[in-house]
Amino acid sequence: MSGTFVGMPAFPEAAREAVHDQTLRGNLRHATHTIRAKRRTAVAEVSDWAELREAGKRIKDHTLRHLDRYLVQLEESVTAAGGTVHWAADAGEANRIVTRLVKETGESEVVKVKSMATQEIGLNEALEEEGIRAYETDLAELIVQLGKDRPSHILVPAIHRNRGEIREIFAREMSEWGRPAPEGLTDTPAELAEAARLHLREKFLRAKVGVSGANFMVAETGTLVVVESEGNGRMCLTLPETLISVVGIEKIVPTWRDLEVFLQTLPRSSTAERMNPYTSTWTGTTDEDGPRNFHLVLLDNGRTDTLADEVGRQALRCIRCSACLNVCPVYERAGGHAYGSVYPGPIGAILSPQLRGTASEIDASLPYASSLCGACYEVCPVAIDIPEVLVHLRERVVQGGQVTREGNKVVLRPAKGHAAERAAMRAARWAFTRPGALRTGQRLASRTRRFHPRTLPGPGRAWTGTRDLPPVPAEPFRDWWHRTHGGKDETK
Amino acid sequence: MRVALFLTCVNDTLYPDTGRAVVKLLNRLGVEVDFPVAQTCCGQAHYNTGYRYEAEPLARHFSDVFRDYEAIVTPSGSCGAMVRELYPRMGERARAEGRGDTLATALAPVVPKTYELTEFLVDVLGVTDVGAYYPHTVTYHPTCHGLRGLGLGERPLRLLRAVKGLELVELPGAEECCGFGGTFALKNADVSAAMGADKVRNAASTGAEVLCAADNSCLMHIGGTMTRLRTGMRPVHIAQILASTEEEPAA
Repeated sequence: MSGTFVGMPAFPEAAREAVHDQTLRGNLRHATHTIRAKRRTAVAEVSDWAELREAGKRIKDHTLRHLDRYLVQLEESVTAAGGTVHWAADAGEANRIVTRLVKETGESEVVKVKSMATQEIGLNEALEEEGIRAYETDLAELIVQLGKDRPSHILVPAIHRNRGEIREIFAREMSEWGRPAPEGLTDTPAELAEAARLHLREKFLRAKVGVSGANFMVAETGTLVVVESEGNGRMCLTLPETLISVVGIEKIVPTWRDLEVFLQTLPRSSTAERMNPYTSTWTGTTDEDGPRNFHLVLLDNGRTDTLADEVGRQALRCIRCSACLNVCPVYERAGGHAYGSVYPGPIGAILSPQLRGTASEIDASLPYASSLCGACYEVCPVAIDIPEVLVHLRERVVQGGQVTREGNKVVLRPAKGHAAERAAMRAARWAFTRPGALRTGQRLASRTRRFHPRTLPGPGRAWTGTRDLPPVPAEPFRDWWHRTHGGKDETK
Repeated sequence: MRVALFLTCVNDTLYPDTGRAVVKLLNRLGVEVDFPVAQTCCGQAHYNTGYRYEAEPLARHFSDVFRDYEAIVTPSGSCGAMVRELYPRMGERARAEGRGDTLATALAPVVPKTYELTEFLVDVLGVTDVGAYYPHTVTYHPTCHGLRGLGLGERPLRLLRAVKGLELVELPGAEECCGFGGTFALKNADVSAAMGADKVRNAASTGAEVLCAADNSCLMHIGGTMTRLRTGMRPVHIAQILASTEEEPAA
């Protein structure tokens, strides 16, 4: 993947272009509305959905509370099953570990299972710098990689592309990476899928090293779980001699029994399927079957710091289903790229500023990339109250306060660029704690109403650029009340 | 019953007709309403923009003004949700920050007795037919904080269906946010405007004369978009429809 999110502008600026791109708007509207409707049907079929949601939340909260214990248990289980566990504090360390492991095999290419964790750390770029080529094998990730593009969705990274655009990318780019697209390729789904199948098959059969993430890690047995639709993940997990899995530390569940909940809620929330077509599980290595060597790289990269925040930590319950993206009206208009992260949409708006901090322009703007409509919270299968965390992170941006960074408590200063807003909020607080001042302001507005402009200058243009101002009435309600209901005016 | 009208700062300043409609409607149903003039603002804009510490004195002021009433009625889903959902959370946060129970205790009395208007009518007064007459075609937009915050559900629709002369038509994509979102409308003006335009297009596709909602701040955004796009529709607060009668019809 050659696209990068480094140096992204703030969300409103990044979103502006997408909002006015009619093709993109059409692609996103079609895709999100389709999956939204299907999810609703798939969830409505389950009579105990609310209980499953509550159970998923509790399992995750319990695991996060005892994460230290479960991580050690997992390490012991994986080691006992013949795997090797590596610990990575941040992206750089994880990339160095994976690069070293690949080099030790003597290979210069790897096949990849779709994985958010390896996207998060920029593994493909890190491998590229060391002369190792990483091939994405998930269909949508392949489209993104061939198109030198960036992912715009967690589950459907090429959601911003339509069939015609995908045909173009295949016809133009496949020959650069391996087997070219068939002559006369059209944009019918079956032909596009067949072109990808032929292109990828060559890589599966040749690859000696596979790289994956995981949806779950079972502490009691050291088993990793990947759920997918295409079977390409299964190829990468079984054919190569060496398998390296990079997994965020929050992906643990204590027991196999806990999977029962998530294997119901995840497919219905993500692809709106009762059950995903492929669920691969593996426990260390097995003689004469599958990879000979298995390495698990446990990734922190800001997760322990996030866990220290009692409001924000609920973001770590996320199982990456992307239901919140599909239902989000802001994501639907702004598209995934505007979020400046491999985690777009509502969950990205609360994950990125926690994993990366709020120092950059894009990360400080993400908590505001929401109308707080609450649709994300409603569909979340592990009940992450995303609006609550968004508001909490807004506080962090404008008020500052204590946060944990690399394990140390630090006090953040209020972000710059909010001075005028802060002054306005203080002034409003002053007036609103003095009813007399509020009434004076209202009367002033009413008496000067003939002179109010239809459009506002400066920051007011943000409103009047697309919306008319409401007319100010001849008198505020409280004056009418005073006139008609009399009584003494307590505000004098 | 001592019922207080919490009109909200936006309605008080910009939409006095909504306030007069609530008073007229409740009086007609035999409820005596007081408007405590010391009321100002619930602090929602401060809280949701990240200024929780600025919102705290406003919440305390709200509680001081309203705590002695038996019921507090507000024609705003989002301000109602602020009091019911977020005041307790503000108290919890203060406690978690080691500031003790004072804020939680100060705010606790107003939380359970604050009702959004349609909740008060349906749940407390137990009426769905309020004797209203409104001979227009209306489509209803459930605003987010009323829908998902307070869980108003079918209440507003049940009230509207009982209005004489009113033809209710379904709004496509009704549960999608209109894009107002308080300071979101200014901070992310492009996305907000795109959401507003889609909402207005959906509303116009129904052929209704009126788009009705239970929150004037959302209607300010939708209405401002409607006139800019020249749809010919008008936004009307549900209180004004329910207050309208054959003797005194509202527009």
